[in-house]
Amino acid sequence: MSVVIFLLLRLAPGNIVDILFSTGGYVSDADKKLIMQELGLDKPVWAQYVEWIRNMATGDLGKSYRYDVPAWQVIKPLIPVTIELAVLSTIVAVLIGVPTGVISAVRQDTVFDYALRIFSLAGLSMPSFWLGMVIILALAAWLGWVPPMTYVGVREDFKIHAVQFLLPALAVGYRSSALITRITRSAMLEVLREDYVRTAWAKGQSEGAVVWRHALTNALLPVVTVIGIEFAFLIGGLVVTETVFNLPGVARFLVQAILWRDYPIVQTLVMFIAIVVVLSNLFVDLLYGWLDPRVRYSG
Amino acid sequence: MAIITHDVVIAAAPRRAGLVTTVLRFCRKKPLGAAGGALVMVMVLTAIFADQLATHDPIATDAAATLAPPGEAHWLGTDHLGRDIYSRIVHGTRVSLAVGLLSTLLGSVFGGMVGLVSAYFGGKTDLITQRVLDILQGLPLLVLALVMSAALGPSIENVVIAISIPIMPRAARVIRASVLSIREMQYIEAARALGLRHLRIAFRHVLPNTIGPFIVLTTAQLGSAILTEAALSFLGLGVPEPYPSWGRMLSVSAAEYAQKAPHLVLFPGIAISLAVFGSNLLGDALRDTLDPRLRGAQ
Repeated sequence: MSVVIFLLLRLAPGNIVDILFSTGGYVSDADKKLIMQELGLDKPVWAQYVEWIRNMATGDLGKSYRYDVPAWQVIKPLIPVTIELAVLSTIVAVLIGVPTGVISAVRQDTVFDYALRIFSLAGLSMPSFWLGMVIILALAAWLGWVPPMTYVGVREDFKIHAVQFLLPALAVGYRSSALITRITRSAMLEVLREDYVRTAWAKGQSEGAVVWRHALTNALLPVVTVIGIEFAFLIGGLVVTETVFNLPGVARFLVQAILWRDYPIVQTLVMFIAIVVVLSNLFVDLLYGWLDPRVRYSG
Repeated sequence: MAIITHDVVIAAAPRRAGLVTTVLRFCRKKPLGAAGGALVMVMVLTAIFADQLATHDPIATDAAATLAPPGEAHWLGTDHLGRDIYSRIVHGTRVSLAVGLLSTLLGSVFGGMVGLVSAYFGGKTDLITQRVLDILQGLPLLVLALVMSAALGPSIENVVIAISIPIMPRAARVIRASVLSIREMQYIEAARALGLRHLRIAFRHVLPNTIGPFIVLTTAQLGSAILTEAALSFLGLGVPEPYPSWGRMLSVSAAEYAQKAPHLVLFPGIAISLAVFGSNLLGDALRDTLDPRLRGAQ
């Protein structure tokens, strides 16, 4: 994993020194060499890689070329913003996706079903950053009010903070809900034909109890899997959404770091994202055992 | 005479339904899929006849008519440089479709090859390939495309490559799964018994039978490829100037004027959404029709 990320970045044409000084006017070749040496960019690629891995093992993630401070120090304050946004988006996605999926399955092949499926497919088709822009525009047009586009901490003003996060979460969550809807629908369609559901009907239980308690709890397993998978897509979606809403998160910073060719930052961020994805998959696996007692991991 | 006619009928009986019949049947059974197909057709036609459909030069600036609202002179208004939005969207179809199609094809063909080799030979080859694919799949599509396009530098070719790379592992997975089951078929065993070489069996006997999943895969990926292109261009890492691209029309410079001129943001986004919506609808319907394992599951 680390090799791939590292090599991809070093293959890039252009380097930080050129970019740093392209705004600062002419810099002599001798000065350039000096700076390259200082940053360790004059060494062969494999030597740079070995050094990076060795440093990472000791907890040193390298220095940001641009800010001249340890990469971790730059990234650390950004993480809570992205995590908060990702969690909120997931909640929105589940809140939209699961009910639409269930209703779609219960009312299979009715106009209702078709409308909900088109609704969810439309979410999958709209770029979340565009949806975010449209939400902002709509607020401006109808309410004559736009949330401030500079980040407000949760302690400074809770209301503004909440709006700032809910809007992008809505844009990203709607998109993510599409897959959840689809999986919920197909899982529900299967479960609704099971014997125990018929038993529940025969017992004379209300439709709500049958659908939401007996059927949904049993249809949840594939849904949870897809929520885990969605998490990876979600972070991809955040890259652009954080930019639109000007939120100082990891994803927006990644774009800036890429544009700056700030290798230590990009490497650290991409590794961070990869680790989060792996962890979320692991979490889903563990959740299986809790949701479905039949799943046991001991050999 | 009658006997001859009879013979002809018997010979013609196993003939497959004609293209028109197939398309008509598809339209009747999958109205949503047909609507998606129609949207994709409109997109293809727009891309082909962009020069005829456009009312203005998509890159010509007009200082006298900046940020004009939609009207008679400019159907969908103009942007901050006075460029005609309608003409830019029409020409942008070319870029989006070309980038979307090429990257999807590149990704699926290369990924498919990897999947074919990996599944056909199995064993260690399979194991190593699968681990490499795991790594690539661990990253969100957009993040990978982002890093790739930054690493390769801005040009249309590089954007195509950058988007195709995250598609490869998915294609490899799908084709691998399909080859794994085909490999055990009797006709493959027969081919092997005839003493055919591996290469010939793989390409002549296995590959043609993966065409169903392959078509499903490419249509399904087309939408996300178009979306990725839009996102990359939006961030300024996609298709470079002067090509008009839907994603870049929405970029930060446009967002600044969004309050004054909402049409700047609305129309390109609608174009993206319709294009992706169409290919998603078509992809879904094709999957239901061509992939029997998923039939009814949706």
